Amino acid sequence: MANFISLAEVTCKFGDQACPFPAPGAGIFEWRAITSLNLGITSIDITKPVILALLCTVIVSVVFLAAFARPKLVPTGLQNVVEVGYLFVRDNIAREIMGKDGDRFVPLLTSLFFFVWTMNVMAIIPVAQFPVSSRFAFPVVLALIVWLLYMFLGMKNQGVVGYFKNIAFPPGMPIGIYPLLTPIELLSTIIIRPVTLAIRLFANMFAGHLLITVFTVSAWYLLNLTNFVGFVSVIGYLGSIVSFFVTIVLTGFEMFIQALQAFIFTLLTAVFISSSLHAEH
Amino acid sequence: MNWILAAEGTGGNSNVLLPPTYELVIGTIAFFTIFFLLSKFALPNIKKTLEARTESIEGGIAKAEKMQQEASITLAQYRQQLSDARSEAAKIRTAAESERTNLISEARNEAQAVAQTVTQQANAQIEAEKSKAVNELRLDVSKLAIDLASKIVGASLQDDARAKAVIDQFIKDLESAGGKR
Repeated sequence: MANFISLAEVTCKFGDQACPFPAPGAGIFEWRAITSLNLGITSIDITKPVILALLCTVIVSVVFLAAFARPKLVPTGLQNVVEVGYLFVRDNIAREIMGKDGDRFVPLLTSLFFFVWTMNVMAIIPVAQFPVSSRFAFPVVLALIVWLLYMFLGMKNQGVVGYFKNIAFPPGMPIGIYPLLTPIELLSTIIIRPVTLAIRLFANMFAGHLLITVFTVSAWYLLNLTNFVGFVSVIGYLGSIVSFFVTIVLTGFEMFIQALQAFIFTLLTAVFISSSLHAEH
Repeated sequence: MNWILAAEGTGGNSNVLLPPTYELVIGTIAFFTIFFLLSKFALPNIKKTLEARTESIEGGIAKAEKMQQEASITLAQYRQQLSDARSEAAKIRTAAESERTNLISEARNEAQAVAQTVTQQANAQIEAEKSKAVNELRLDVSKLAIDLASKIVGASLQDDARAKAVIDQFIKDLESAGGKR
C-alpha cells in the first residue's frame, strides 16, 4: 500500500525535507489483479488494462455494428460519422498504398486502426485514464498478427523460396552490394519490421502517459500551503499552476499522438502487406 | 477501489517489456472479436451501401446527361420547325399576293369585256333605232309630200307609178342636198 502513487495517498509536499518529489516510474504501468480466472492452462488476471481492452473491443464493435446495421444511401447521424472513419481507412490507407488490391484488406485495416486508436484514447478518458496500448502485450499481439499475415501473403504470392529470394536479393542492384544488402534486408523485413511496429506504438503511449502523470503529480506536489508561508509557497503555487497548464497542453498533444500512432500502425501494416503482394521491382 | 490505481512493485513482473501471458491472450481475443464482427457484419453492409450510392450518383449523372442531350435535340427540332414554319408562311404570303394580282387583273379583263359587249349592244340598238326612225321618217315625208303635192296639183297621185318615181327622185335630191350641207 505504501508504494501506491495516487492523489489520495501522496502526502508529500514541496519543501518537506523528508519527502522528495515522488517521480512516477514504470510502476504506474503495473496493475493489481481484481480477480484471477483459472483456465487450467493459464490463468487470466483481471486488471484495469484488461478491463479497458475488453471495453475497447465492445466500444469499437458496438459503434460499428450500430452505425452500419441498416446503412442508408443518404447517411445520417452515427452512420455519417463512422462512415468518415471507414472511408479514411479505405481511401487514405488501403487504396493509397495498395490501390484496388487494398479493398480486400479494408476490414483488417479498419479493425486495426479503430482498435489501436480506441486503446490509445483511453489515456485521456476520465476514470479510465490509461492507454491500453502502453501495456506492451497489446502492441506485441497486433504486430505479431501483422507479421504472420504479411509473411504468409508473401510466401503465398511469391512462393516460399521466391519470397525469401526477393527479400534477400532485391532485383536491380549491382551484384557487389549484395553482401552488404542481403543481411540488412533479411534482418529488416523479418525481424526489425514487427519489432519496431510494436515498440513504436508502445513507447509513444508509454512516454505520453508518463509525461502527463509527471506533470499531474508535480501540480499536486507543488501545491504547498502547510510547510511554508510567503515566498517559497508562492514559487510552489506558480510551479503548480504551470504544471497544471502543461498537463492540459500535453493532453491535447496526446490526443494528436493517439490518432497519429494508430494511423502509422495501420499505414505500415498496409505497406508491409503491399510489399508481400508484389515483389519489389 | 485499489484496482483503479496503478501499483508500483505489485505482481512479480515489473519489466514493462515482458508482457504477461494473460494480456497476450486478452489482446488476441479482443482483436479477433473486433475483426470478426466488423468483417462479417458491419463492413459488408456499408460496402454494399457505398457501391449503391456510387451507382446512384453515376446513374443520376448519366441520366442528367441523357436528358440534356434529349433537350438539345428537341430544341434543335423546334428551331427547325420554327424556321420551316416561317419559310412556309412567307411562301403562302407570296402565293396569296400573286393570286390577288391575278384575281384583280382577271376581274378587270372581265369587266372590260362586259363593258365592251354592253357598248356594242347599245351601239347596235342605237343604229337599229336610227335606221328605223329614218325609214319611218322617210315614209312619213313621202306621204306628206304626196299629200302636199296632191293638194297643190289637186289630183291624186297615189297609185301612179310616175308619181312614185318623181317622189323618189325628190327624196334622193333632198338627201343629196342634206349630205352636201
